[in-house]
Amino acid sequence: MVQFSLPKNSKITTGKTWPKPDGASNVRKFKIYRWNPDDGQNPRVDTYFVDMDSCGPMVLDALIKIKNEIDPTLTFRRSCREGICGSCAMNIDGINTLACIYGMDEIKGDVAIYPLPHMPVVKDLIPDLTHFYAQHASIMPWLETKTNRPAKEWKQSIEDRKKLDGLYECVMCASCSTSCPSYWWNGDRYLGPAALLHAYRWIIDSRDEATGERLDNLEDPFKLYRCHTIMNCAKTCPKGLNPAKAIAHIKKMMVERAV
Amino acid sequence: MADVNRGNRPLSPHLQVYRPQLTSVTSILTRITGNALIVSALLIAWWFLAAATSPDYFATANGLLTSWFGDLVMTLSALGLWYHTLAGVRHLIWDNGYMLDLEQAEKLGWAVVIGSVVLTLITIVIV
Repeated sequence: MVQFSLPKNSKITTGKTWPKPDGASNVRKFKIYRWNPDDGQNPRVDTYFVDMDSCGPMVLDALIKIKNEIDPTLTFRRSCREGICGSCAMNIDGINTLACIYGMDEIKGDVAIYPLPHMPVVKDLIPDLTHFYAQHASIMPWLETKTNRPAKEWKQSIEDRKKLDGLYECVMCASCSTSCPSYWWNGDRYLGPAALLHAYRWIIDSRDEATGERLDNLEDPFKLYRCHTIMNCAKTCPKGLNPAKAIAHIKKMMVERAV
Repeated sequence: MADVNRGNRPLSPHLQVYRPQLTSVTSILTRITGNALIVSALLIAWWFLAAATSPDYFATANGLLTSWFGDLVMTLSALGLWYHTLAGVRHLIWDNGYMLDLEQAEKLGWAVVIGSVVLTLITIVIV
């Protein structure tokens, strides 16, 4: 359902302004979304000041510095710090991306950081991705075969393997799905760009033998066809992938098999 | 699918914080112009209806639609119609699997915006 404003319990209030570091000349302002499940209060935006002369270049470096030196209660996910685990996806400076590979030199002015949009918040910058993962599982993200297993591996030509480029690189960070207005309004039934990109990755895999069933599963007004080619997904993907294109190709395959 | 509202969790901000993109703005404008054109179509239908009713009623309807305000509404309607038409063509191109790379899609977006303005100006000159 389309609801432009935030629910009552989600309205954001002004939070605490933390003290500036002593003796720092190159200071940058960070505005960060906070919500504590234990204090019964609404979300707030806290203001922090970070000494950039003693901070790494990426947004994640600043978050870790804030957590280490200013406010240990600041909560966020992070792991690989090189854009391969997808843990630190968040809304930075108005777009969704991975904090670990987004440089602070790409941002003008203050750095505003929010959790991935239109998601239930577990704490601070951590969204609940349970539903997102369940949708991914629903598209059967594995090789589905019917013929007998070959003695060694399932072989694939170089050309067929190339069809998976631009798809297999997805790290399931959820940046795309949570940038999509259609996913915001209909995320309960629309699968969203990430799950659909994965669906296409298996649909066009030359080794997969369940293409028809996969398309059958997507033949639904909501699961697939809530994509209106808004393209926020492709614009925001930190890995430079294009879910909108993958979805368009699924839609095209639906037509081609019907006519 | 999964239960996502455990413990009265707040909903993270969306429209409030997400920066508008060229592709998202041209997309929502397609929907807005489509809906606005319903009103324009009703106005035209009312104009025809008035013409079929009586000379007096037609004079009233025609007077309103050719007043400065009517001209403004009709000019905006022409802009909306051109925009919506070009955006529809853009969707046809996409539906055939072309121009879906981000750079091309953004070029198409600008083509729709600029094209609709140019075509509206030509329409004004001709009409």
